[in-house]
Amino acid sequence: MEENKDLKYTPKDFKSDQEVRWCPGCGDHAILSEIQKALSEMGIPKEKYVFVSGIGCSSRLPYYMNTYGFHGIHGRAAAIATGVKTARPDLSVWVMTGDGDSLAIGGNHFIHAVRRNIDINLVLFNNEIYGLTKGQYSPTSGRGHVTKTSPFGTLEEPFSVGELVIGARGKFFARTIDSNVSLSTEIFTKAAKHKGTSVVEVLQNCVIFNDGVHDIYAGKEVKEDRTITLRHGEPMIFGKDRKSGLILEGLKLKVVKIGENGVTEKDILVHDAHEPNPGIHYFLANMRYPEYPVALGVIREVEGESYETAVHAQIEKVKAGSKIKCMNDLLNSGTVWDVE
Amino acid sequence: MSKKPQIVEKDEVVIRFSGDSGDGMQLTGTLFSDTAALYGNDLATFPDYPAEIRAPQGTVGGVSGFTVHLGHYDVSTPGDYADVLVAMNPAAIKANVAWIKEGSTIIYDKDNFTEKNIQKAGYISDPVAEEKLDGYNIIAAPITSMVKEALKDFGLDPKSVLRTKNMFALGMVYWMFDRKLAYTEDYCDTKFKNKPEIARANKIALRAGYYYAETIEALTPVRINPASIAKGRYRNINGNTATAWGFLAAAEKAGLKLYIGSYPITPATGILEELAARKDLGVISFQAEDEIAGICSAIGASFSGYLAVTTTSGPGLALKSEAIGLAVMAELPLVVVDVQRGGPSTGLPTKTEQSDLFQALYGRNGECPVVVMAATSPSDCFRFAFEAARIAIEHMTPVLLLTDGYLANGSEPWKIPEMEALPSVTPPYHQPASGEYIPYRRDEKRLNRYWAIPGIPGLEHRIGGLEKTIKGTVSYVPENHEYMVKMRDEKVKRVLEKVPDLEVFGDKDGDLLLTGWGGTYGHLLTAVKELRAEGYSISLAGFNYINPLPANTADVFKRFKKIAVCELNLGQFADYLRMKLQDFRYYQLNKVQGLPFTVKEIKEFCIKLLEEK
Repeated sequence: MEENKDLKYTPKDFKSDQEVRWCPGCGDHAILSEIQKALSEMGIPKEKYVFVSGIGCSSRLPYYMNTYGFHGIHGRAAAIATGVKTARPDLSVWVMTGDGDSLAIGGNHFIHAVRRNIDINLVLFNNEIYGLTKGQYSPTSGRGHVTKTSPFGTLEEPFSVGELVIGARGKFFARTIDSNVSLSTEIFTKAAKHKGTSVVEVLQNCVIFNDGVHDIYAGKEVKEDRTITLRHGEPMIFGKDRKSGLILEGLKLKVVKIGENGVTEKDILVHDAHEPNPGIHYFLANMRYPEYPVALGVIREVEGESYETAVHAQIEKVKAGSKIKCMNDLLNSGTVWDVE
Repeated sequence: MSKKPQIVEKDEVVIRFSGDSGDGMQLTGTLFSDTAALYGNDLATFPDYPAEIRAPQGTVGGVSGFTVHLGHYDVSTPGDYADVLVAMNPAAIKANVAWIKEGSTIIYDKDNFTEKNIQKAGYISDPVAEEKLDGYNIIAAPITSMVKEALKDFGLDPKSVLRTKNMFALGMVYWMFDRKLAYTEDYCDTKFKNKPEIARANKIALRAGYYYAETIEALTPVRINPASIAKGRYRNINGNTATAWGFLAAAEKAGLKLYIGSYPITPATGILEELAARKDLGVISFQAEDEIAGICSAIGASFSGYLAVTTTSGPGLALKSEAIGLAVMAELPLVVVDVQRGGPSTGLPTKTEQSDLFQALYGRNGECPVVVMAATSPSDCFRFAFEAARIAIEHMTPVLLLTDGYLANGSEPWKIPEMEALPSVTPPYHQPASGEYIPYRRDEKRLNRYWAIPGIPGLEHRIGGLEKTIKGTVSYVPENHEYMVKMRDEKVKRVLEKVPDLEVFGDKDGDLLLTGWGGTYGHLLTAVKELRAEGYSISLAGFNYINPLPANTADVFKRFKKIAVCELNLGQFADYLRMKLQDFRYYQLNKVQGLPFTVKEIKEFCIKLLEEK
């Protein structure tokens, strides 16, 4: 999409007249303002945005955006957005979804949108719980998690969003935390600029039903030591003292201390988000605390033809080579005969 | 070609080509009907094939058939019983023996009547004797050995040689019905443009069959003279292609692009396939990951300003239910086609039925009205697909179009319409002159809301599945919900302006009015014509519009002593009429065998009703 540097918006221009109805303290408030901030700086005319959603707390977001919006049904946002973007490549299409919406009931649409690489920006609010239905476990809830529908703990292995994206041959995957305004804004901007399906997992806090679910690594006091913010071209260094880093040992990533055991900064891996081979991206996306820091930032950003571009290119090609230009041509094509 | 024996003229004939599902019977039947259509006969065809692509060879379950009914007069059905059966193996006799006329001609491939094949078909040693077919005109033709002989110097592999057996049989039938081979020969040349030796082999087999039929002097050539049909340009078309083209025509008339989001399902897939091939007309065809994604993507395309359709069959319609509700709530144009098949569940995928009517009318949560209409014949799928799209667009509503397996796969000659003569289609866009865009502000007359397409500055709005106020704000206010429910209901009722009056074939009053809906019309019409010729007081009214019903329905009904509803289900339309028009008694003729009615059974039913006091 063409950027127009002269377009000047403020985040306020993207606020609709609707009263925001999320719980006080919900991470969604922050995500909403981060998106509004990112959009105000994109240089894309406001009328070109379409926000599509399914069902769940996250899916109320389109109502609060003063753009075109479509609030769909549970799990189907990616499918609806596919129709919007395929029909209208000129629009900037965003999907607001959650871990239940996109990974449970809508799992099929999620993986197929990613596989097709349709140019939508899918923001997945991951709070590892069903919020709108008041506290049941989700496909990202950790094994053993006690909820209203798992009073003795879940017996299920959770999905990892990044792993699914890579498994579905995804080209863009990023992760951020709801409370990190500057990182989130940066990532939303990058997702918007990426041509193809961009999946952004936002580690989001449900203040009512799963409060503090991400605190163990994303809490204020610990986040610098327990997360790593990846940037393309920069070494994978983290920690308050900037002394921790990641190296590849055999077929696994390993956390090392710079200055210990002869490790120098030169030994630390440099993040290459543009590498088509997803091997390292897969490791990075799957890093779990406490063995590893949780990776934030753009983990994978690889170029590829987007679906809607290919669709319209094929149409133009076929049009150019066909004798049938209108219905009358079609009606009279093939075997026809005249009755006198 | 040498001189022909005396040709007998007949008004109509029904021919059934039948063999293993790999024997090319569908193609054989299609080539024969194309030739007949070019000659000027009226005709109707019906393919009947197993759900399995290649069911076990030689078994009754694996038999694939194609019936052609051609006539010197109007032909409205593919015919109940065949005058000629072409049976490529013993199983084809077993599968069809109940569907041939007494004394009819049976041409079979003698070489394929091996002991093994005979037993596979469930016979002991001699199908002709076991079925008591003496008195029939049995032509035991050594088709396999004849094509082997005819092509022995070709150097073709044995498989390719055997693949020409259907052409030999077709050649025989062409001789029997005094047809020219040119169309089929041209077809072979085009089809096998890059394999000239295969084209030649097929043409030789065709001619070999033709001459064989002449030489054996066991067949009487029959001529069905051209029908007197209206002047104009014609083509053959099946129901699925006609449906696809109806949407294309509506899109062109409306100045919209066409989007189809569908998932393959028998017998609806042909619509998706046809539209996927129509990229030259700018169609976006999206083969979705499932039925739900098909309709949801179509809703997205509709929101974005396209004419959007989704096509399916009964099981797929069930999956789409929630999303149809979404389109009802969002009040967007959308056409959903259900090509009905035998149900419930997976049911009879390749067989026809009309048992999805209630699902179409009511199969959703909440008060969820949609327009429901049905096509009558293969070619008028075009007209009703066009009308479904026109209503969807102009009234901003989902429309459910019901066809069925019989219409979808059946074909008939079709007078090509003039695009200029089709009605205009005007999308109700929001007009700048009407000021601020209010998503659920309605047209005073039709009650449709207005369409505002993303990309237009100043018209940004949010809609979706939650109940809204007129302004598009989410609202749980009790009175608002009731108001909006009633508005959506009344909007669909007002589609009546586009519903033509119910037409009556025959007298406007009398002893019995036969009614039905959708694809049974041809059979009902044939039965009523014959009964009227026999002196009975009977008329016919076929329904295309089910919700809303034509305004004059009660007026038509009250002029008859008895009303009978015929449908391929247990009586869904009859029950619907009982609910909507309670002043009448409805007699029923129902059939749920995965097959169309036969004219014979309709007539027997009618005569019984007419003779009862």
